[in-house]
Amino acid sequence: MADLSNNFVGIKSPNPFWLASAPPTDKAFNVNRAFEAGWGGVVWKTLGEDPPIVNVNGPRYGAVHSADRRLIGLNNIELITDRPLEVNLAEIRQVKRDWPDRAMVVSLMVPCEEKNWKGILKRVEDTGADGVELNFGCPHGMSERGMGAAVGQVPEYIEMVTRWCKETTDLPVIVKLTPNITDIRFPARAAKAGGADAVSLINTVSSIVSVDLDTMAPQPTIDGKGSHGGYCGPAVKPIALNMVADIARDAETADIPISGIGGVTTWRDAAEFMALGAGNVQVCTAAMTYGFRVVDEMISGLNNWMDEKGHATLDSVVGKATPNVTDWQYLNLNYVTKARIDQDKCIQCGRCHVVCEDTSHQAITLKVDGKRHFEVIDEECVGCNLCVSVCPVEDCITMEELTTGVDPRTENDIRREYANWTTHANNPMSGS
Amino acid sequence: MQQDEKAYPGLETDLHPALSRHEASVESDRCYFCYDAPCVTACPTGIDVPLFIRQIQAGNRAGAAKTIFDENILGGMCARVCPTETLCEQACVRQTAESKPVKIGQLQRFATDHFLGDVEHPYQQGSDSGKQVCVVGAGPAGLACAHRLATYGHRVTMLDAKSKPGGLNEYGIATYKTVENFARREVDFVLSVGGITLKNSVRVGSDVMLDELIDQYDAVFLGLGLDGVNQAGLPGSDLAGVENAVEFIARLRQTTDYDSLQVGRKVVIIGGGMTAIDAAVQARMLGAEDVTIAYRRGADAMNASRYEQELAQINGVKIKHYLQPVEIHSDASGAVGSIELEYTSSVSGELQGTGEKIQIEADTIYMAIGQTLLAGQLASTVIESGANRVTVDSAYRTGHQKVWAGGDCISGGEDLTVAAVQDGKLAAESIHRAISA
Repeated sequence: MADLSNNFVGIKSPNPFWLASAPPTDKAFNVNRAFEAGWGGVVWKTLGEDPPIVNVNGPRYGAVHSADRRLIGLNNIELITDRPLEVNLAEIRQVKRDWPDRAMVVSLMVPCEEKNWKGILKRVEDTGADGVELNFGCPHGMSERGMGAAVGQVPEYIEMVTRWCKETTDLPVIVKLTPNITDIRFPARAAKAGGADAVSLINTVSSIVSVDLDTMAPQPTIDGKGSHGGYCGPAVKPIALNMVADIARDAETADIPISGIGGVTTWRDAAEFMALGAGNVQVCTAAMTYGFRVVDEMISGLNNWMDEKGHATLDSVVGKATPNVTDWQYLNLNYVTKARIDQDKCIQCGRCHVVCEDTSHQAITLKVDGKRHFEVIDEECVGCNLCVSVCPVEDCITMEELTTGVDPRTENDIRREYANWTTHANNPMSGS
Repeated sequence: MQQDEKAYPGLETDLHPALSRHEASVESDRCYFCYDAPCVTACPTGIDVPLFIRQIQAGNRAGAAKTIFDENILGGMCARVCPTETLCEQACVRQTAESKPVKIGQLQRFATDHFLGDVEHPYQQGSDSGKQVCVVGAGPAGLACAHRLATYGHRVTMLDAKSKPGGLNEYGIATYKTVENFARREVDFVLSVGGITLKNSVRVGSDVMLDELIDQYDAVFLGLGLDGVNQAGLPGSDLAGVENAVEFIARLRQTTDYDSLQVGRKVVIIGGGMTAIDAAVQARMLGAEDVTIAYRRGADAMNASRYEQELAQINGVKIKHYLQPVEIHSDASGAVGSIELEYTSSVSGELQGTGEKIQIEADTIYMAIGQTLLAGQLASTVIESGANRVTVDSAYRTGHQKVWAGGDCISGGEDLTVAAVQDGKLAAESIHRAISA
């Protein structure tokens, strides 16, 4: 059995699966159930100053479904905790006492003034919590009041607030970043410059998930009106993975620990985040879709995969894929692949043919000798992978590397040496 | 549990209950939207199955129904009676992938049921072309032909020998496939396009002669069906208790009082097609104790699909293969008492009696050995009637240039509602081209 125990900036937990700051971590009742279910830690739902904020009394969530109503994306307009600060602090203190082996991180959001941040930090320290997470991410509601994403979108503010916090407390400070920016490296660098112990990302993506065509209003609709919300769930994972990788491979931030967030639904998602450099992961939507017991699958799946691959600890997984993320210009242009269709697995749906024919390179047959038969025409195949992407049968179409001979499409010899765009003859900047 | 108050639940309950919106949503998501889809090729009317399923998935039920009706205006009945397991669903790539095809038939019903409600007919009668067409027979072929002609603006007079329209849909299929008077409601739906005048109880060949119709109309379409019944020439077939299965089914379909139907305790059905199955299953549902289908060849040779065979067996019908009838014997009262059958075997493709015989006790025998054209209907015409079927060319035109034909009555007729619809539709196109020229 692999060792799943996690040490994230000194915060220890029995596994790398934390619940993200969100509705599932708003109360002791929920968090106790989460710990009973086996979650390694929680980031308590964001605390603010009294008097507590209020939430809308109408719908808070909107959803994107697959046709059979699997939840693909979730959008919310809920704000930070709407309970009095002292109630939350008392519960945090009790829960940490009851579950000493679990990670207890407290998310915070107060107005952008030094005294406000310093004031709340002292009260959190008293609870015995393991660390704090600065919520610079929420894109809705609080941002209108100069908090959340309004801070996260200005690197100077991130650095300033982070520095105040680091000056005030010895607790590890994790800075939670918003994806609603153009280049995630700048806020990450600012967090580092401010002294952050780690960054966590992504918070939710600004979104309108749907429009009610009867009432002509965005959903969720509050008395005929809607407001943009924060989008999360499986749909945002690719955005999050890219941002995690961007930070992990940026020279300035390569050494800052990352807590990966964004659509983690299975062990495999978690392993992918960690492979790209996340030291652990935070989960919300999967729990809000299926309940806390999804962590059972995550733990057992990660365990089995690590055993299978011979990874004894999480350290041997974290960042393993980071060196393989590169810029387009460094991709090997001598690497040639062709699609291959396994005729025994093919169920004859014809989608590979029609998408190639209509939208790509006319490289897959519809009929051979008058019979329905799908086969790759190497003379036309550019190796784009679209057919693989649309095929409903796993491993029916695969990409095969050509290692010798001639590429029938370009009629160029297959060359094994690495050659990229920077030196390509067609590149005006290559100087060759 | 809700108490089922139906006295004959088997007869009055849909064989396949309608899918709920949720079921349809989940099922439609299974469709891969194949290109040049095998299910379309397998459908005799060529319905764009992937498109209509995608329309269901997108919440466009009316559009889905329209996609179906564009190729098959009787798509509602076909959704209920098509042997989908040997047509579209057999060809479904999900059948190849996981032996579980998309439930195309049930999705088709979900879509077409949309127009069972108080919804405007999805087609408009064409502006008057000034042409008059007579459609003989208000069964599937005739209805499909008449509807298509009406959309082109031709005025259609539809004659039917029976007192109700619908043909076999009304008289010839099991009740549990068309509950709640669906056959009639579908006819009303087809006719609601406008421009079609229906005249029932008019038999061509006696009430009116085909020659008169040819004189009177710009074109005539014959969708006569097969109104006669094959005779086995079996000794004892004149005994009380022997009946043609189609007549039994017609009686059953037309009664409002199942209690009044006489059904025997021990029933033997001779034949291997859908009619045999429909008669056998319904006999069981009416209370017959022992129901046996005797068929002279093996299971694979039966015209009834494997699904239909299993449906019979689930309903307690015994199917005996390789048995041909020899003689029907009377009991003491002079009615049917038993039937004597001989085992058969196939010797180099030829069926032969083995000489070994058995007797099965029976008080009722239904003959389901096929229907035939009542050739008398055509006696006064020049129409060549080969193999006791109307012969047509590839455009459904008969030997007479003003007469077209389709459905079961033509040679090559497939004995399927959906095939008849296709004949009627294509014949209408051919007629339209001819009279518009």
